[in-house]
Amino acid sequence: MVTALSVRNLAKTFTMHLRDGVILPVVDNVDFEVNAGECVVLGGPSGAGKSSILKMVYGNYGVDAGSIVIQHHGAPVDLATADPRTVLTLRRDSIGYVSQFLRTVPRVSALDVVAEPLVIRGVDKSEAQGRARELLARLNLPERLWSLPPATFSGGEQQRVNIARGFITDHPVLLLDEPTASLDATNRAVVVAMIAEKKQAGVALLGIFHDEDVRSQVADRIVDVTVFAPRIAA
Amino acid sequence: MSTEPLLKVDGLTKYYGSRLGCADVSFELWPGEVLAIVGESGSGKTTLLNSLSATLEPTSGQTLYQMRDGQWRNIYELSEAERRFLVRTDWGFVHQNPADGLRMTVSAGANVGERLMAVGDRHYGHIRETALDWLGRVEIAADRIDDQPRSFSGGMRQRLQIARNLVTGPRLVFMDEPTGGLDVSVQARLLDLLRGLVGELGLAAIVVTHDLAVARLLSHRMMVMKDGHVIEAGLTDRVLDDPREPYTQLLVSSILQV
Repeated sequence: MVTALSVRNLAKTFTMHLRDGVILPVVDNVDFEVNAGECVVLGGPSGAGKSSILKMVYGNYGVDAGSIVIQHHGAPVDLATADPRTVLTLRRDSIGYVSQFLRTVPRVSALDVVAEPLVIRGVDKSEAQGRARELLARLNLPERLWSLPPATFSGGEQQRVNIARGFITDHPVLLLDEPTASLDATNRAVVVAMIAEKKQAGVALLGIFHDEDVRSQVADRIVDVTVFAPRIAA
Repeated sequence: MSTEPLLKVDGLTKYYGSRLGCADVSFELWPGEVLAIVGESGSGKTTLLNSLSATLEPTSGQTLYQMRDGQWRNIYELSEAERRFLVRTDWGFVHQNPADGLRMTVSAGANVGERLMAVGDRHYGHIRETALDWLGRVEIAADRIDDQPRSFSGGMRQRLQIARNLVTGPRLVFMDEPTGGLDVSVQARLLDLLRGLVGELGLAAIVVTHDLAVARLLSHRMMVMKDGHVIEAGLTDRVLDDPREPYTQLLVSSILQV
């Protein structure tokens, strides 16, 4: 089996300079891997560092120690030490991310928000919009919303735009931060089916799912994040 | 993606007498990349931008630019004619105050057309047609082409300045607080327009701003300046979501949430 993502000895602390330099240890010695075609779920209570791990794997948070090796165009790249340009190419071609909340841009329609990751990769705009339409329709987002900027959408509507945007590419690694949190049962089932299809296509998925029902349907393995809790130094 | 940078900056330092403007700034900029320079007033952002665009001569350090013919040139060693040609064609400069970048007493069409004439276009019909096309791209109505920018609103003037700069197909655009002084709805429109044009044209840009939301929206990478020094640099969302330096943390935590 191909290891698509390998995380080794990852450590993260926050230093809060505005709080007299208080040091908040987040995680230590994070160690796991995700193979192509499987969905690994990060488990543990709120505050255990699950989202921080996802953000490190996407390059959103810096890391203090350890490595995050991703297969990129057939060669391993360590995202933990990669320069910004490399991280941007990794995100364009190899690693996708469905964040919990959508960051909207004024005046850009939902359809273009979803199509953008394909357009960045050089896919023809009308073709990318066609793919975006299929995904939004599948996620039951009313068609009258497609041409509107998502800023005024409800939480569940924004989340579906976000999911469509994350699933539109064929990135070999896909990170999911509670993609079903604000969805109703029908749309949760759609997302579960979409995750199953990604697995079939050989995508390595790493996610956070608080909904136990969804988690049990998608997870091949659960990585317990509490074992990475830092030992607090005196 | 291109395999060579467009700009290589090495050890750029500018003193005004004994007072420091910016110190020892080094970075590379690649085609299609947008770099934001953020920091409070007086941190050296504008000094750096003016040095990078050869408006100011630095005290030490060099800025190498890859010309269209592939040659690397130190921009401070160009002849005045070469420098002026670069500024008029291959570079753009969007000033905070549009009056600094526009000619206020000639028509909107002429403001755009002038840059085309600088690259040798002499055909009146073609110049006017291109000017009209660019006014449309920056969302200025065609029937305003013969009006002077004096009669335009602040947002329209700024959009006209952008059209004037982009009409020659520059590869590198410098922007100094491009949305400063505009009210927020006008800002949003301008930002969306800039974001679209930069992506569409594959421009490299260096944007000075004190507005972190502008930096997040427009830039791939950012540098944070304080007291003339670059104190933190990296991927824009990394710097904003996981700021390391005390000053960067202060900047990020000072953003008002709506």
